[in-house]
Amino acid sequence: MQIYLPIAELPVSIFLVLGLGAAVGFISGMFGVGGGFLMTPLLIFIGIPAAVAVATESAQIAASSMTGALAYWRRRALDFKLGVVLLVGGIIGTILGVWFFNAMRRIGQLELVIVLSYVTLLGSVGTLMLVESLGTLWSARRGRPPRLRRAGAHPWYTRLPLRMRFHRSRLYVSVIPLLALATAIGFAGAVLGIGGGFLMVPALIYLFRVPTAVVVGTSLFQILFTMVAATVLHAGTNQAVDLILALLLVVGGVFGAQFGARAGQNIKGEHFRLLLALIVLAVGVRFAAELMLRPEEPFSLGATETRR
Amino acid sequence: MRPPRGCIGIACVAALLTLPGVTPATAEALVVSISTHRVQINSTYTGSELVIFGAIDSDRRSVTRADPYAVVVTARGPRGSVVVREKVPIGPIWANLSQRKFVEVPATLAVLASRPLDEIATPQLQRRLRLGLLPAAAPPGIGAMGLEVMAEDSFTTALIRLKREAGLYVEDPRAVTFLTPTIFRAPVPVPGTAPVGTYEVEVSLLSGGVELARETTSFEVRKVGFEQDIYSLAHRHSWLYGSLTAAMALMFGWFASLIFRRD
Repeated sequence: MQIYLPIAELPVSIFLVLGLGAAVGFISGMFGVGGGFLMTPLLIFIGIPAAVAVATESAQIAASSMTGALAYWRRRALDFKLGVVLLVGGIIGTILGVWFFNAMRRIGQLELVIVLSYVTLLGSVGTLMLVESLGTLWSARRGRPPRLRRAGAHPWYTRLPLRMRFHRSRLYVSVIPLLALATAIGFAGAVLGIGGGFLMVPALIYLFRVPTAVVVGTSLFQILFTMVAATVLHAGTNQAVDLILALLLVVGGVFGAQFGARAGQNIKGEHFRLLLALIVLAVGVRFAAELMLRPEEPFSLGATETRR
Repeated sequence: MRPPRGCIGIACVAALLTLPGVTPATAEALVVSISTHRVQINSTYTGSELVIFGAIDSDRRSVTRADPYAVVVTARGPRGSVVVREKVPIGPIWANLSQRKFVEVPATLAVLASRPLDEIATPQLQRRLRLGLLPAAAPPGIGAMGLEVMAEDSFTTALIRLKREAGLYVEDPRAVTFLTPTIFRAPVPVPGTAPVGTYEVEVSLLSGGVELARETTSFEVRKVGFEQDIYSLAHRHSWLYGSLTAAMALMFGWFASLIFRRD
């Protein structure tokens, strides 16, 4: 069954899009990631214009992080104050990101920017995660306890001015690196159509030692409002948000995520991280192949502008 | 690029006299009719098909053509600019470094004929009358010589090839069928990805390597109903539309947490 997407201006199969939403929702529910880094490339692969894919995906991430953030909020596993600080950075990053997105779209290099960024981002993050989780598995097999970081040592960037106390996270850190981190992730989010949870969560754990109990909830809270801002900004400045596509993705994603969350409970932590690393790397490799392999068809059609 | 060929003497004058649109007065006239002037895009739209009907009105009965009539129908979508990019290796990666912008390219194009074009007209006449995908896609200002150069150009041929692969350009030498010796019909496809706008249809009647008559008509592709409402809301009140989309997303997220609540 086909439905016509009014903004993307093409008909798509309803079941294909619902299926994609459910499949990515399953993975995101399983791993607690937003899934934007999977969904946006998939949408581009099935022929949705890159601009529409990125802009519309932000609405879907807003929906799925709403569900997630509510669940963490009910369990009080959310540092509201830290979330607001990160949100300020996230919104600044989103505004810059949408501006950059529109500028690249105007000069016709948006697709190249998206592909290159995906390769860099997914390749490096995927490799880091893979090395880390393999290391943990390796030492677990040898019977050595995984190395824990020394308590008490504070990295230089947490001692910058404008320090703030975050009770829920038991932190006393400068807000400058927090804002910088959130701005960078917000920027990437707006350009690439990702929530950035898979960047934010490890960064908060490893760079700031935010307790794992509150980190996911806080990250979801920040992603929720950043993606709401991204949706409104994309719609307001480039009119690339497709309501029908967003609706299909949201419905598919909501159901997929519930089943994913249940499946995720039966996997061990280390295997879980290894699997996520492999998924991230696989998407990165798929993009890298597109860049590295001799293309069968070297030519491609870019943006078409039709006079109305 | 090939050096431009000189155009000399009579050939040049002849070319000037038979510019497209300036059809010499002949015994035949064309009457064409289109099945609808309005293609409506609604939520179930996946492409459409129009039918062009035509009748050859021969006022002087005495005229008998040695060759049978041939008809070429050219349907052009709204013109716009399109960028064709070529991937070029730089170091280990292939990047779209080389690109060319084409202006005034029809978004869709259907060239339908009653016989293969090469049997209907010589390559020179095809270029002059804008018959065939490349001549029909070229901007109106390009001359016959420009078309010859374009046919050799890798970007232009890539543009036509990619448009054909995307189903936007169609060439069918058997699509025009004669119902009687003077009445014909041709189905004009409108692909699902066709943009909204005005589509021009040119019907050309040929015989014995000469164009006898030419007639044009047009139809419009537009979004209607819900699709149009969303589209115009997204463009006219884009901030409101963005807020509504975000609100919808939040509402669904909240519903999901109610439905699947486990605590």
